[in-house]
Amino acid sequence: MELIWLVPALPLAGFVLLAFGRSMRGRTAGIVGSLTVGLSAVSACIVAWLFASTGPPGTAVYATSLWPWLELGSASPAIAFSVDALSVTMILVVTIVGFLIHLFSIEHMAGEEGYHRFFAYMNLFVAFMLILVLADNFLLLYLGWEGVGLCSFLLIGFWYRDRANGDAARKAFIVTRIGDVALLLGILMLAADLGSLGIGEASRRAAAAWAPGSGMAVLAAALILGGALGKSAQLPLHTWLPDAMAGPSPVSALIHAATMVTAGVYLVARSNVFFSLAPQVMTAVAILGAATLLVAGASAIAQRDFKRILAYSTMSQIGYMFLALGVAAWTGAVFHLATHALFKSLLFLAAGAIINALGHERDVFAMGGLAKKMPLLFWTFLAGAFGLTALPPVTAGLASKDAIIARLWYVGGDARILWWAAMAGVLLTSLYTFRMLFLVFAGESRGAAENGGSVGLHAGPHGAGHDGHGGSGIGAATAIPLIVLSLLCLVGGLLDFPRFLGGSPFFGSFLGGALPRSADEGGSGLQEALLSLGPLLLTLAGIPIAWLMARRALEREAEPVGKRSSRLAAFVRGGFGFDRLYAFLFVGPILRLAGRGVDAVNLASEGLRGFAMRASRLIRSSQDGRPRRYLAVLAVGAAILLAAVFL
Amino acid sequence: MNAQSLELALGLAAVLFVIGLAGMIARRSLVFMLLCAEIMLNAAGFAFIIAGARWGRPEGQAMFIFLLVTAAAEVAVGLALILRLSASLSASLSGKLKDLDADEIRSGGA
Repeated sequence: MELIWLVPALPLAGFVLLAFGRSMRGRTAGIVGSLTVGLSAVSACIVAWLFASTGPPGTAVYATSLWPWLELGSASPAIAFSVDALSVTMILVVTIVGFLIHLFSIEHMAGEEGYHRFFAYMNLFVAFMLILVLADNFLLLYLGWEGVGLCSFLLIGFWYRDRANGDAARKAFIVTRIGDVALLLGILMLAADLGSLGIGEASRRAAAAWAPGSGMAVLAAALILGGALGKSAQLPLHTWLPDAMAGPSPVSALIHAATMVTAGVYLVARSNVFFSLAPQVMTAVAILGAATLLVAGASAIAQRDFKRILAYSTMSQIGYMFLALGVAAWTGAVFHLATHALFKSLLFLAAGAIINALGHERDVFAMGGLAKKMPLLFWTFLAGAFGLTALPPVTAGLASKDAIIARLWYVGGDARILWWAAMAGVLLTSLYTFRMLFLVFAGESRGAAENGGSVGLHAGPHGAGHDGHGGSGIGAATAIPLIVLSLLCLVGGLLDFPRFLGGSPFFGSFLGGALPRSADEGGSGLQEALLSLGPLLLTLAGIPIAWLMARRALEREAEPVGKRSSRLAAFVRGGFGFDRLYAFLFVGPILRLAGRGVDAVNLASEGLRGFAMRASRLIRSSQDGRPRRYLAVLAVGAAILLAAVFL
Repeated sequence: MNAQSLELALGLAAVLFVIGLAGMIARRSLVFMLLCAEIMLNAAGFAFIIAGARWGRPEGQAMFIFLLVTAAAEVAVGLALILRLSASLSASLSGKLKDLDADEIRSGGA
C-alpha cells in the first residue's frame, strides 16, 4: 500500500522521459508512453488487490503523506495520497482505460507531426488525473484539477497550425476556468472557515459545525458545484466540450469521455458531506443534470460531425451521473462513471479509427456502408453503442443506467419529474445512437473514399504511407484495445448487476466504504424488473424511429442546398444557441470594450504612466541648460533664505 | 573703523555683488557674464578686507590674495573656453549652449 505513489509517479516519469528524450525515433515515444501508463495500471491493480484483501472490503482508508508541501498556519496541506474505495475505483478506471488508449494511439497517431509531444502530454495528463483522484487534501486535488485542464488545453490544440483548433483549445480552457475559479473560492472558503484542507477532516468538521441547509454549507456546496459543472461540461458551462473534439480521437476518448470530464462527478461524490448539508444545492445538481441530459441528447440528434455526436452524448451521459448525485445515489453515479468510461472510450476509439481510415472524414453523411468494409470496427462500435443505450447483452450501461433510473423512481414525490426526464433521455439516447449507427454503417458507401482520398472536415496532417490507415490494414495495436474494451463493456456491468437477474451488488457494497450508501428502498424483484423493462422498451422503440430519421436526413441531403435543413434543425445542431447567447452576453461586450481603445482594466496602470510622464516633463523643464535661468533661480532662492534668516 | 563706516562699506560690497549678479542674469554674452563673475568675486573680496580692517587682523587680506589667485585662474580657464566656443560656434551667447551636443559644436566649427 505504501507503493501508491508509484501510480502517479510512473506516468510523470514517462512525461519527463518523453519531454527530454527528443531523440527517440519512430514509435519509441509511443511505446515508452504506453509502457509507463501500463506499469502504472499494474501497480494500481496491485494496490486495489491489497486494498480489497485487507479487512472488510472497502471500509478502510490508507493515507500516505509523502512530504509537507505548504505551511499555511493551521491548514498545512501535504503531498499526501489517500486510498479508499472511491479512489481505488478511479485509479483503476484511469490507468486501465488510459493504458488501452495509449496502446491504441501508438498506431493511430503514427506518422503525425508531434508524435512525441502527443505522448508526453498524454502521460502528463494521466499523472495529473491520478493526483486528482488520489489527493488527500483539497489543494492537491486542485493541483491535479488544474493540471488536467492544462493537458486538455494542450491536447485539444494538438494540431495547433489550424487556427480553429487553437480557438477550440482556448475556449475549453477559458470556459472551464470559470468553474475552476468557483472551486478555488470554495476551497479557500473551507480552509478559512473550517481550518483544514484535508478532505476527510474538513468533511468531519463541516458535519459538526454547519447545520443542514445553513448559509455556509450552501455556499460551499455551490462553489464546489461550480467547479464540477465547468469540468464536466454541464449546463450552463457546457459549451466547450463539442468544440474540444478538435483534438485527436484518443484525446477525446481519454480526456473528454472517460476521465477528465467525469472529474466533476468524482469531485461531487468526494465532497458528498458538503452536498448532503445543502439540500438546495443537491436539487440544483439534479435539475442541471436533467437539463443537460435533455439538451445535449437533443443536440446530438441533429449533428453531422461524427465526434460531435459522441461529445453531446458524453455530456448527456454525465447528465445522468449528475442526476444520480442529485438524489444522493453516490455509488450509482460512480458506477455509471466507470461503465461510461469503458463504452464511451470504446466508441471514440472506434470512431477515430474510422475517421482515420476515411482520410479524416468526420461527416456521418459522407460515410455509410462501413459494416461490411470494416467488420472489426463495426462490431466493437456496436458493443459500445449497446453499452450507451443500455441494451443487452452488453452489461456495462445496462446495469449502471437502469440502476440510476430505478433509483430516481424510488425517490418519488416531486422528484418523479426527474424520472420522466431520465426516461426521455433514454429515448433521446436511443435516437441519436441508432441514427449514427445507421448513417455510418448501414446502406451503401456515400462518397468518403478510403485510404485518405477525400478532404474531410479536418484537414490536419495526414500520416502518409503507413499501415495504420485503411479499413483493412488495422494493426494489432489498434485492434487489441478495441477488443479488450468491448469485452470489458460486455462484462463490466456484472460488477453490480440487478439482483432480480441473479447479480450481486458487489460494486455498491465495495464503494459503500467510502461513500454513504443510498438508502436501499428497493421494492420487490418484480417492481425492479418492471422499472428496468421501461427503459429497455423505450430504447427498442427508438430504433425504428432512428431508422426513419436517418433515411429522411439522407433524402434531404440529396436535395439541392438551401432546402436542406430547416431553421429548427440548425438551431438544435448549434446546441440550442448557447454559444450565440454567450457571444452576445459576454464575448461581444468584452471585445467591444477592448476594441474601442478604452481598456477598463488598463485604466489604472495607464493613469500611473501618464502621471509619471507629466511629472517628469515638469521637472525636466527646470534642467534646460540655460545658465542665466539657473542663476536667477539661485539668486531668488538665496534672497528668500536670507530674508527668512534675518527678517 | 567705526561701526557706521563698516555698515557703509559692507553696503558697498552688497551693491557691488548685486550689480554683478544682475549683470550675470541680464547679459547674454558670455564675456560679459565672466566680467560680472569677477565683479561678484571682488565684492566678496572687498567684504573680507573690510572685516580684516574692522577687527585689525591679517586673515582678511590673506583671503583676498586667495581670491585674486582664484579669480586669475578662473579668468584664464574661462576666457580660454569662451574664446574657443565663440570661435567654433561663431556665437558667444550663453543661450546657444543649452544643448551641449558635441556633434553640433564640432560641426558648427567646421
